[in-house]
Amino acid sequence: MNDCHSSGPSEVLLLEPVDGKKIPIIALAGQPNMGKSTLFNLLTGLNQHVGNWPGKTVEQRSGTFTLDSKTYHLVDLPGTYSLTANSPEEVIAREFILTEKPDVVIAVVSAANLERSLYLVSELVCLPAPVVVALNMMDVAKQEGMTVDTVALSKALNLPVIPITATKALGVRELLQMVDKVMEDHHLSAEPNIPEIRVDVSQAIDEVEALIGDYVPMNYRFELRGWHHGHNPVHHRSRTYAFFGIPHEPIANGGNFGHQVHEHHFQIESEAGRAGGFEAGADFRGDIAHLHHRYRHEMRSLAREQRIQGRSIHDRHANFVRFDPERSTETRFSHSFQLHQPPGYPSRWVALKLLEGDTEITKMMKALLPDEIWQKVHAILLKHDDAMVAVASGRYNWISEIVQKTVEKPKMGQISITERLDRVATHPVWGLFVLAGILGLVFWLTFTIGSPAQAWLDTQFVSRLGNLVSAAMVSSPAWLRSLFVNGIIGGVGSVITFLPILIIFFASFGFLEDVGYMARAAYVMDNIMHMMGLHGKSFLPLFLGFGCNVPAIMGTRVIDSKPARILTILIAPLVPCTARMAVIAFLAPTFFGKQAFLVSWGLILFSIFLLVVLGVLLNKIIFKGERSAFIMEMPLYHIPNIRTVGLLVWQRSGSFLKKAGTTILVASVIIWGLSYLPYGNLNTSYLAIFGKWLSPVGKLMGFDWRLTVALISSFPAKENAIATLGVLFGTSANSGLAAILGSSFSGASAISFLVVTMLFIPCLATVAIIKQETNSFRWTAFSVLMFLVLSTSMGMIVYHIALLV
Amino acid sequence: MPNNADQSFLSEIPTGTNVILDSLCEGNELNRRLTSLGFTPGIGIEIVQNYGFGPMIVNVRGTRIALGRGEAAKIFVQKEE
Repeated sequence: MNDCHSSGPSEVLLLEPVDGKKIPIIALAGQPNMGKSTLFNLLTGLNQHVGNWPGKTVEQRSGTFTLDSKTYHLVDLPGTYSLTANSPEEVIAREFILTEKPDVVIAVVSAANLERSLYLVSELVCLPAPVVVALNMMDVAKQEGMTVDTVALSKALNLPVIPITATKALGVRELLQMVDKVMEDHHLSAEPNIPEIRVDVSQAIDEVEALIGDYVPMNYRFELRGWHHGHNPVHHRSRTYAFFGIPHEPIANGGNFGHQVHEHHFQIESEAGRAGGFEAGADFRGDIAHLHHRYRHEMRSLAREQRIQGRSIHDRHANFVRFDPERSTETRFSHSFQLHQPPGYPSRWVALKLLEGDTEITKMMKALLPDEIWQKVHAILLKHDDAMVAVASGRYNWISEIVQKTVEKPKMGQISITERLDRVATHPVWGLFVLAGILGLVFWLTFTIGSPAQAWLDTQFVSRLGNLVSAAMVSSPAWLRSLFVNGIIGGVGSVITFLPILIIFFASFGFLEDVGYMARAAYVMDNIMHMMGLHGKSFLPLFLGFGCNVPAIMGTRVIDSKPARILTILIAPLVPCTARMAVIAFLAPTFFGKQAFLVSWGLILFSIFLLVVLGVLLNKIIFKGERSAFIMEMPLYHIPNIRTVGLLVWQRSGSFLKKAGTTILVASVIIWGLSYLPYGNLNTSYLAIFGKWLSPVGKLMGFDWRLTVALISSFPAKENAIATLGVLFGTSANSGLAAILGSSFSGASAISFLVVTMLFIPCLATVAIIKQETNSFRWTAFSVLMFLVLSTSMGMIVYHIALLV
Repeated sequence: MPNNADQSFLSEIPTGTNVILDSLCEGNELNRRLTSLGFTPGIGIEIVQNYGFGPMIVNVRGTRIALGRGEAAKIFVQKEE
């Protein structure tokens, strides 16, 4: 700061990198099955971040990559067929483009199916964003004998078009070079051709636009510029600042985006002595704080002016740019604040969406418009109730014209591979056999690779690690040793041994999805799932639950309707997983000897039966029998992309391990603490006290306190139940626990315990994943409570019935 | 309801037939999804699979689309000449 006197105030402005370089943000937009994910994975590889979109349960993927020493930030928008608010995905995609203003939007379209994939482009060109079209699947088009004239397509759209084959990494460099070009010169993508709309609808759009124009929230880009006059900054302290509020032009004709439109000026003249920084040693820092304040004030009044009250304005980041023209004593700087504003919309686009009957936009405008204006708008909308179909037809006519000019198709007649495979795979009878065969294969893999690998991890890794740590900690206090060996290694370790099974399930799921079979499985199971108010898409995730409930719940991401997805997540834990089956497999013979097999099967069937009943009930009560329409694209079969499947396995396993290291670790330690404290003995622990305190409830189910404690200890991992019983009865599972257990409990207590164990609160890992996937504490709590009530009440019922028999 | 003899519901059309979409039934939500997938009046639809129960598969604008029976019963079509 001392330098200020000698070299002028400019030095202190070096608060942030001054080159003004910022990592460009590229959004990837495209319909499902257009190879968008393949392109995303190709570019970002392991350098991607997977999470949820803020406040939504839709997966968000973004990542950075560097090509030719330039770094880009890539955001994978959800795959959507259109940009009308049919689902959260569509809203996310368009809000991202409107509010985050990516530098370039890459629209991925398929050369093999140009007609349908251009539909999204026909909507994208109406948004104020520079679009570059990536014409993907050039190889598939070629295979089918089609030729696409890229130059003609580019001309017809008036947008840059780059042919690529994402699966073979062809054309990607050219695509990014075009992205660079567009960022340098916006004109390349500034005036796309836009679909024409039937005259009467187009007039209605004009009318609506004129009515709502003043009320549509707008986007402003604000800049703060300061001038410092005079040769000596210490003596001449008058500075002039100006705010430039530059609204992005309400998009004329839904097309280009203007920068040159009317400007908002705010001027502040600062005098010497005011606002801190004007004193000797003058730097602009004080000015900035002062101006920042003023700036926010101006923003608020502008917000009021724009009738977008009640929305908070937050600063996002500030860029400092310094201009120092050849060390002239006059120092200029520009300081631009970016504010997080409510999404600004082009008013013509809003009018269009109103006519299309878009639910989100209708809701927003109804709230923003004064009542009398809304009435007028509403009357126009009523008069043109067929506008939605007219607009869509207009878009498809626009597309047809383009396709005619650019695509040459061979004569139809040859039967595609997809068609031939589907004759079997989607047949109401053979299709079920195919499905059963595929699922059988997945199970075979689980039992021949997964289960042995799990056992191996358990004995060779977790137990050994436990012994090693135990030996190494011989001199430490017993509680510390127990914490590490029983609490941490025992809890987290046993969860981690499930990783091989999880990997097999993630991989098979990803493989089936990528091949295109998932849609067929959903199709053939639709009838059966129908009864629960679900459709076929819920079947495979539920099925995965037989291996482990964790991939089942993660797998519900394929379900596009939110209520159906929540419902599937809620009932998924009723699918008996391998861990619970292991407990049953150990306990049933000890209690029931030769009838164990029947009892085990009965328990599994009972659980599935409850799944169906619960599905029907929850659907009726909570979701009011709502069932989203079953409309699903049947993608062409294709050879799976190892990279796509591999990344999916990698990310989901990583996400599971992260849970194991955090939530599951903490909860395991807590349960360990309860079972160890205060005297270092399970029999006298808090858990035992708690179990005894619960014994009145336990008694209703035929439990003594030891069974209650075993049940509670099964929460971190289901297999713990056996180990706990071993400790409580003073034997181990290998030496005589079975005999003692068999003689300690009546048949009624035993069957009740098995039922409750089967239906009890899902394991910790599952609960953690339910929280992650529903993104809601309420649904998670609901699930836990529901299973608590369900298991205990079923236990009581079964116990009392068994007593009678 | 279909108002002339040529018109019928998509759900009633047997496998292998080509029809032309006449109009969509009421129901904005469903219509928006259908139109964005290419179901607009005048477009040709090929019935790829219809067993008379359960969902069916149609080919619209070069894409195979599975439709629930209930959804297909809200689409009016005309026989292609």
